[in-house]
Amino acid sequence: MVLTPEAPPQRAPVPTPTRRRRRRSGLLRPERTAGWLFVAPVIVLLTVFLLVPILMALWVSFTSWNGQGSPFRADVPVTGIKNYSRLFLEDGLTRQDFMTSIRNNLYYVLAVVPLQTALALALALAVNQRLLKAKSFFRTAFYFPSITSSVAISVVFLFLFANSGAVNGVLAWFGIDGPNWFSDPRGVLHIILNAVGLVDINNPPAVLADNELFGLSWWQWLSGPSVALCSIICLVVWTTSGTFMLMFLAALQNIPVQLEEASLIDGATRWQYLRKVVLPMLKPTLFLVITLGLIGTWQVFDQVYVMSKGNPAKTTLTPAYLSFRTAFLDLEFGIGAAIAFILFAIIIVMTLFQRWVMRDRDVPRSRWFRRARSV
Amino acid sequence: MRTSHRVMAAAFLATAMVASASACGRGFNDTPEQQSGPAELEVLIGSSGQAETDAVQQAAAAWAEATGNKATVVPAQDLAQQLGQAFAGSNPPDVFYVDAGRFADYASAGALLPYGDEIEDADDFYASLREAFTWDGQLYCIPKDFSTIAMQINTDLWAQAGLTEDDVPTTWEELRSVAERLKAANITPIVIGDTRDRIGAFMVQAGGWIVNEDGTEATGDSPENLQALEYFKGLITDGLAVYPRDIDTGWGGEAFGKQLAAITFEGNWIKGALQNDFPDVKYTVHEMPAGPKGKGTLSFTVCWGISAKTQYREQAIDFVRHMVSAEQQIKFTEAFGVMPSRSSLRDEYLAQFPDDEAFIAGAAYAQGPVKAPKMDSVLSDFDSGLQQIATTDPKALLESLHDNTEAALAG
Repeated sequence: MVLTPEAPPQRAPVPTPTRRRRRRSGLLRPERTAGWLFVAPVIVLLTVFLLVPILMALWVSFTSWNGQGSPFRADVPVTGIKNYSRLFLEDGLTRQDFMTSIRNNLYYVLAVVPLQTALALALALAVNQRLLKAKSFFRTAFYFPSITSSVAISVVFLFLFANSGAVNGVLAWFGIDGPNWFSDPRGVLHIILNAVGLVDINNPPAVLADNELFGLSWWQWLSGPSVALCSIICLVVWTTSGTFMLMFLAALQNIPVQLEEASLIDGATRWQYLRKVVLPMLKPTLFLVITLGLIGTWQVFDQVYVMSKGNPAKTTLTPAYLSFRTAFLDLEFGIGAAIAFILFAIIIVMTLFQRWVMRDRDVPRSRWFRRARSV
Repeated sequence: MRTSHRVMAAAFLATAMVASASACGRGFNDTPEQQSGPAELEVLIGSSGQAETDAVQQAAAAWAEATGNKATVVPAQDLAQQLGQAFAGSNPPDVFYVDAGRFADYASAGALLPYGDEIEDADDFYASLREAFTWDGQLYCIPKDFSTIAMQINTDLWAQAGLTEDDVPTTWEELRSVAERLKAANITPIVIGDTRDRIGAFMVQAGGWIVNEDGTEATGDSPENLQALEYFKGLITDGLAVYPRDIDTGWGGEAFGKQLAAITFEGNWIKGALQNDFPDVKYTVHEMPAGPKGKGTLSFTVCWGISAKTQYREQAIDFVRHMVSAEQQIKFTEAFGVMPSRSSLRDEYLAQFPDDEAFIAGAAYAQGPVKAPKMDSVLSDFDSGLQQIATTDPKALLESLHDNTEAALAG
């Protein structure tokens, strides 16, 4: 009763945007039909090869289909959310493997995304220097890893990180005895905590070892990336930074020279120019790079498949590889599909979170920049 | 206007979904129609190398010519993965290799045609190998060959440490004492693969194993297994045994070929590998040292599986009959050095390869792979524990193996 009188004035402006939109699109009915006809092939392709398979996989994740015959027969046992609950709630190897893979990938993302973004930005700034000679050589060189097959690069890195490989050779110059990269399952955090004397790696404190979350003890959660995973992190940072460098470079070249001149006239130092002018203008690109980075790092598969298959001691197991292994090697397609959907959810949540973190907080300033960009 | 958009989009979606669903329906056919006459068999093999691929292709061509059928032999890059994918796509090859370790997965899922009864002389194959491919009392497929683990000793390194032929270890105690002598001479004594497929031999020698005989009960947490792992852990922590990765190699054979260690435990495939890559290495092959419960080793075997979905049952069985015939097995033996799965060929094989006596002898007391479905992740978990055995408590490792096995067997 109280609300009714208030409602009409709120609803009143609603027709306006509709009318405006219709006027703006300005399409007549036959044109609209023609439009639909033109996009129809793409819609059909996306539906048949993307949407329907995704829905089918969603169905499989609610069954215990063993990969024989159709998953849509009546005699395929439907188990509801059992596959999901085995991954989160039921104590067992399935949950332990899944949580281990989540832990590994979490550390992997935490290491790779900042490193590759920073490296890509640094490379882009370097090859964007007007004074730099042989610019195109460097641009090609930095971009080269991105267009090489990830399998080939993985094999090369196997040699680089071998016990007697180049990496340990270089470490030896500095008197460091390099680890057995691909057979060392120790977590980096564990090693550091051990080195500073906070904990004993072979005898973890009872508080951490005896309390657990989702089937892994706190001690296991806090391991950090294993030494083996670190070599994969190096590889991925090296290969992907080239692609992202290209994006930053395109954005850098879109920054008008007048802005640089204006800021220099105003007495800005190079650092201030970079910090106050360039970086804010790169924000949309930064968002793109971080989003693509988050998606790519949560899906890491090729490198694990080629280099380690999850070894040593499951410290390079990732959800994408675990999903593949569970489905195609253990023939537990339901759980494999469930892992894939959880991974999907994680990526969506991460991207939304990152969008929220990077949202425009300072409205007037951003409007100023938008105006500046259109100059 | 907006609603009409939605309706149209929904209509598109519905049509596309119906179309794709009906397209799928055709592929998922449960009772394969049998076709007589000339067959076109697809054969997928997990080849050990070019020699095996060539030999199998030749044999298939000979069969095709003699019978008027066609057989296409394709070597797989990753057999388990390709088969898994083919089963899920309802379009598996007609005939394919089935590893004993994966047999239970496929048999329990109904992917295999149990054709053992149709092979007239099935009794000629070693009983332990037939047992590996029997499920619910039915012999599903015929083993194509087998291999066992034995002990290889590098004779040069052996002599360097002042050891003689009389020092070849036959018990755990002797193995440990020669290892100590090798170590004193600054030679890495033992290199051993870091999985249950090698270390498991110690468990067999102690009288234990991961599951009971018919694969229905977990037996991982037993005093015998504990004894084996404690003995083995001692070798590792005292620096008497190393894993191949620790000395920068991919597997025991490579480390042995590079003369980085004096002793390794590998199967008969090491012969070919050493001959190809390290022809200068001098070595001898011996039976595995005996543990507290006597001799023990592990055997590996692969069978010729026939898909339950094949349209050419009779022709496929005839193909397998040809491939496992005594005549053909001898050809395979010559081509790529596998041990024939027929017990009647034992003497002929030994006459040809007298050095392989230790491998053949293992057939009498070898333990096959774990035969139970859904055990792959359990066993790889055990493997990852074995990789860290230097810092792991063997008792806890066996307990978690036991619990995980029980869970896998229950569901």
